[in-house]
Amino acid sequence: MIKFQKISKIYSPNIVALDDVSFEIQPKEFVSLVGKSGAGKTTLLELLLAEEEPTQGRIFFDNQDIHKIKKSKLPFLRRKIGAVFQDYKLLPSKTAYENIAYALEVICAADEEIRRDVPEVLEIVGLSERFRNFPVELSGGEKQRIAIARALVHRPEVILADEPTGNLDPYHAAGIIRLLLSINELGTTIILATHNKEVINKLGKRVITLEDGKIIRDEEKGRFIL
Amino acid sequence: MLTSLKRIIRSGWITFKRQGGFTVATIFIMVITISLMTCLFLFQRITKFSISLLQDKVDVSIYFKDTSLEQDILGIKEQIAKIPEVKSVEYVSNEEAKKRLLEKYPELTESLRETQGMLNLASLNIKAGQADQYAAIANFLEKAPFKNLIQKTDYYQRKLVIEKIFSVTSAINHTGVVLSLILVIIAFLVAFNQIRLAISNSKEEIFIQRLVGASNWFIRGPFLIQGVISGFFAALITLLIFIPLVYFLSPKMEVFFPGLNLFSYFAGNFFLIFLIQILIGIGVGVISSIIAIRKYLEL
Repeated sequence: MIKFQKISKIYSPNIVALDDVSFEIQPKEFVSLVGKSGAGKTTLLELLLAEEEPTQGRIFFDNQDIHKIKKSKLPFLRRKIGAVFQDYKLLPSKTAYENIAYALEVICAADEEIRRDVPEVLEIVGLSERFRNFPVELSGGEKQRIAIARALVHRPEVILADEPTGNLDPYHAAGIIRLLLSINELGTTIILATHNKEVINKLGKRVITLEDGKIIRDEEKGRFIL
Repeated sequence: MLTSLKRIIRSGWITFKRQGGFTVATIFIMVITISLMTCLFLFQRITKFSISLLQDKVDVSIYFKDTSLEQDILGIKEQIAKIPEVKSVEYVSNEEAKKRLLEKYPELTESLRETQGMLNLASLNIKAGQADQYAAIANFLEKAPFKNLIQKTDYYQRKLVIEKIFSVTSAINHTGVVLSLILVIIAFLVAFNQIRLAISNSKEEIFIQRLVGASNWFIRGPFLIQGVISGFFAALITLLIFIPLVYFLSPKMEVFFPGLNLFSYFAGNFFLIFLIQILIGIGVGVISSIIAIRKYLEL
């Protein structure tokens, strides 16, 4: 489903974010990316969203070379992916409800569907009462949960989650991981980048370990080892 | 398609309402731009009025021999009126001319009585649209079959003055056009810059919208709607400012330009002026938005 083929990303001669990285992800897989800060986890996710272009190599999504897709067609790729960003990337001028609804609006979902699904997903992330609030009025953890709600509301094929539990207390962090697991069980591919050792060790799923832009370990039932 | 359009319009309207300070600043700048354009529209009326006033003072007179009969002169008038270059021909009868002369120089009463009606002061006053057309008219008169009835034309006497007046009015016209163009460009740039600033504040938001999978039109649309709404409100505000402004200024303008009623001109062209204002407002809003947002959609 997703294939990274000899991917390198060099920002300047001294900054090598990724160095000759190759791996594949099958449909319905739950893959964790682990590594120290600056190991290249976020860059990998940015490349998959076509937010960045690789210096070398090719990335395939459903057998399609992502970086050969025309700019006008990129939205169609991005609609298949739900992304949770480290810095949330919520739309500041929209309320929590509108932020989540936006992901459905861009795929031309019907109004009834939006009215039905958004409150449901707000309920799942435990923020039903905060639907009228703007991002600036939410705590870091609440923003994180709104970002997660936005990423999953349109039932994408893949969810990319970059440190989704980074700003959450253990209770909410466990809830989010449980949510990602159940979404995965329903058939959505999950790519989780995290520092959270406890989460990784409990998951018992595939773990790809990155160090200095290189894959140093790729295990089917991996553990957090750095 | 219709659903997307509805969402784009709703999103544009909601953002317009929520942006508060920026919305007010954008409308304020656009009001200045539209006001400037409206002033130019009224200014060109004043310029045209002044120019026609000045040009109306220019004419060429044909004086006839004392033996010429009034019916001959009226026949000549008809022939001259047919010349394409001629704007108007006025016949001043002998009596009328003498009356005018005496009004101006009452001391000539005695001298005129001595002529005992022998002196023929009847004339034709010819007006042309352009300075160079007077030469053509003079040329026609020199070769005309009725030239033996003509005592003299004052064209060559007045040639220099005529040319001077027309060159001044043409300079006024050209300067007005150039100044208007410069002001239009400045006004557009100021409005464009304000909208560009507003959109550059949304740079991060546009980037996020792209990452979530929004198409370029879905991102661009609400900004265009905001441009349209801002332009419409700016046009409306400008109109509401100009109605009382022109109403109170019009009598004062009439002191400087007798015969010019700016308010009746404004009222007579009310819908045209409002249409121009709306088109400028919406045009500036939409064009500026399209140009300003293009840069961020290419990211």
